[in-house]
Amino acid sequence: MISLKVNGKTHRVDASPDTPLLWVLRDNLGLTGTKYGCGIAQCGACTVHVDGEPTRACVTNLANAAGKNITTIEGLSKSGEHPVQRAWIEMDVVQCGYCQSGQIMAAAALLERHPHPSDAQISEAMSGILCRCGTYQRIRQAIKQAAGVKEA
Amino acid sequence: MAKTNPPSRREFLKKSAAAGGALFIGFHLPSGVGKALAAVKQPQAFAPNAFIRVGADDVVTILCNKSEMGQGVYTALPMIAADEMDADWSRVRVEAAPATPAYFHTTFGIQVTGGSTSVSTSYEQLRKAGATARALLIAAAAETWKVDPTSCRAERGHVIHDGTGRRLSFGQLASRAATLTPPSDVTLKNPKDFTLIGRPIRRLDSRAKVTGQAQFGIDVKVPGMLTAVIARPPVFGGTATRVNADNAKAIPGVKQVVQIDTGIAVLAEGFWPAKLGRDALEIVWDHGPLAALDTETQGKVYAELGKLEGSAAAVAVARGDIVSGFAKADTKLNAVYELPYLAHATMEPLNCVAHVKPESVEIWTGTQMQTTDQAAAAQIAGVKPEQVVIHTMFLGGGFGRRANPAADFVKEAVKVSKAAGLPVKVVWTREDDMRGGYYRPRTYNVIRAGLDARGMPVAWQHRIVGQSIIKGTPFEPVLMKAELDLTQVEGSADMHYEVPNFLVDYKIAPGGVPVLWWRSVGHSFTAFVKECFLDECAAVAKQDPVAYRRLLLLNHPRVRGVMDLAAEKGGWGRLLPPGYGMGVAVHESFGSLVAQVAEVSVTKAGEVTVHRVVCAVDCGPVVNPDTVRAQMESGIVFGLSAALYGEITFKDGRVQQSNFHDYPILRMDAMPKIEVFIVDSTAPMGGVGEPGTPPIAPAVANAIFAATGKRIRKLPIDPNDIKSA
Repeated sequence: MISLKVNGKTHRVDASPDTPLLWVLRDNLGLTGTKYGCGIAQCGACTVHVDGEPTRACVTNLANAAGKNITTIEGLSKSGEHPVQRAWIEMDVVQCGYCQSGQIMAAAALLERHPHPSDAQISEAMSGILCRCGTYQRIRQAIKQAAGVKEA
Repeated sequence: MAKTNPPSRREFLKKSAAAGGALFIGFHLPSGVGKALAAVKQPQAFAPNAFIRVGADDVVTILCNKSEMGQGVYTALPMIAADEMDADWSRVRVEAAPATPAYFHTTFGIQVTGGSTSVSTSYEQLRKAGATARALLIAAAAETWKVDPTSCRAERGHVIHDGTGRRLSFGQLASRAATLTPPSDVTLKNPKDFTLIGRPIRRLDSRAKVTGQAQFGIDVKVPGMLTAVIARPPVFGGTATRVNADNAKAIPGVKQVVQIDTGIAVLAEGFWPAKLGRDALEIVWDHGPLAALDTETQGKVYAELGKLEGSAAAVAVARGDIVSGFAKADTKLNAVYELPYLAHATMEPLNCVAHVKPESVEIWTGTQMQTTDQAAAAQIAGVKPEQVVIHTMFLGGGFGRRANPAADFVKEAVKVSKAAGLPVKVVWTREDDMRGGYYRPRTYNVIRAGLDARGMPVAWQHRIVGQSIIKGTPFEPVLMKAELDLTQVEGSADMHYEVPNFLVDYKIAPGGVPVLWWRSVGHSFTAFVKECFLDECAAVAKQDPVAYRRLLLLNHPRVRGVMDLAAEKGGWGRLLPPGYGMGVAVHESFGSLVAQVAEVSVTKAGEVTVHRVVCAVDCGPVVNPDTVRAQMESGIVFGLSAALYGEITFKDGRVQQSNFHDYPILRMDAMPKIEVFIVDSTAPMGGVGEPGTPPIAPAVANAIFAATGKRIRKLPIDPNDIKSA
């Protein structure tokens, strides 16, 4: 049994310590908002916060996640009222939605670090998260909206 | 659902049957309509037809028979019904319809989401459904108040009696409305009275998708379920001859190993042990006939089939006299355009949950083609199709991959569940998905044109060589004419540019690689060939690409209009810095016209940056303009990924790509600025899910020519072909 703190709650997890955090979240804890896309840190669909840092859960194993504060999309806000989530709804960002948990977690972490990010900072923070539906333009606009930055 | 109204349902079904052309025949059609109603979660007071439920709590639930894969049907289709119904939009919910004939596509005669047809072919059906519900609610109110129904009206979820100012909510009226006989005919709204249709209404599925609550197929968990990861043949058509599962079974969490005809499944408690177990299998494969498949060698076979002289091909269209047309031409041009196999690479890898029980099968998956999945599952399980219940989940992308008449990912899960005797979730790894086939076919295109003294084309010939996506499927009677696959010549055979002597023909290339429709199907390559080669003609004629196209579109004002709009908004002809170029393409697909102007720059090393894409679309009347814009943006990015990076290749029979590092898709840092302009149009309603894709590759290629003087005739774009250093 390994103890894991997710969204403020401590869980006892019965899984091998080298199991990727992604599958612990999804299969052991039922937190399916964090998505599997590639398994090799290429797509960012599994992005969660580990001690506030945007982290690819697919290449972070359980042993390394233990003892840290993990936040998933389910724990970002109580019911979708985080400024990033609100902006996402406002700008109608989502399409299929599969990548959006990862996009939102990456965007929320970006705004923690840079409350008023430049275009270059947005590109840098977000280019690791793939969206096959091509919602990037709206993602950029929504991040600016959440940050209160006027679109040029 | 004891409270449902049988006459109304029958009436509705009769009407939908009459409206449907039943284009695709030959499937065994399940008859269990009752399940349609059983599937609705909460008790509903009023169910006037297959699509609308009204609860006593005022919630209006629209059952959506089209799968939501990002394209916005879970918003657009409810908008249509809710507008006619005068429902309160804030109380409208959407739910996936079950898989039964009540929900068949009005044109295709099966339950399917595809062909960019969801809105156009549901429009009348859902308007009538909404109007019928409104009429019954008004009748129920009139009965309650003992007044003439014509003195009542519906507004935002209420019926109002203007004379007395009385009002009752839909929820209050629901149980009485359920007892009434629906009118045989209903009056539809005058479009000027629409309150939702035509407005940029926000998506209904946003909140679920930004909070991680939306349930995709991969998120499904049912009691007693195991997760399976399958070892499939590394070469298409291969088979396992020897399997040693000892190491797999030794992995903690692995519960079972079962062999099915298409592979060996390792079942475990969760994905991770199942994957470790799968990777630990020792399998000897017989690779079968494609063991030596090689992209380069295959290219030579295709080139041979592309030789115009002395090889017969299936003629798609022949006008005038191609021989004398070329004989009379002053200038002749010819070129070869090559396009690769492409993977759909949906963000959600394929998956399916199946539970085979003694007398039924239950399936949870993101599918675009429920009816064929249902038939396939029934056959495997030995039950009737109506005994197969399909729960359509959110699709993490479809693009055609989840509309497979071969039902590959569903069949596998059903077979594994049957063999294991319990509910199973089959999850494909990204590598499994990338290498699992059903690609956009590779094509080899030979094209030539003869120009007259003024530089205008008088002869045009296009030979297409590629695998057929239709041959051998149930769609063959409708989408093939002898050896001509109609989906592979679309966009070329029906091009708008008028050339008096014109020939398009097609040759099926040897098969074996599983192929399928991929967002925009044949248009995904014909638009590239046609629009690039026309640009070549314009250059030879020393004419501006837009002006040249205008001359060839004299009798097509709608096409000209959409191109002119894109050219104007894109600042066509504007002076650009060195290394920059602008390109145009215009193409009709799925009933919609789309023109795009791309602005690119090319470095000395041949690296391409797409800075801006201006897109004009004429798709007829619009239900949700924001959906149209979103789908244009999406189609452009999808096409751009393919143009810049997309390629599936083979060596020693094996797919060489495996994941997003070697099959890249566009990232945020390469995203161009996209501007979309919608033509105010009264033309018949077209689609928007696919038409944004075809024009982008040629618009970019033509812009590269403008920037460098070098032609792109092969995708993906290779910087080595355009570098100047």
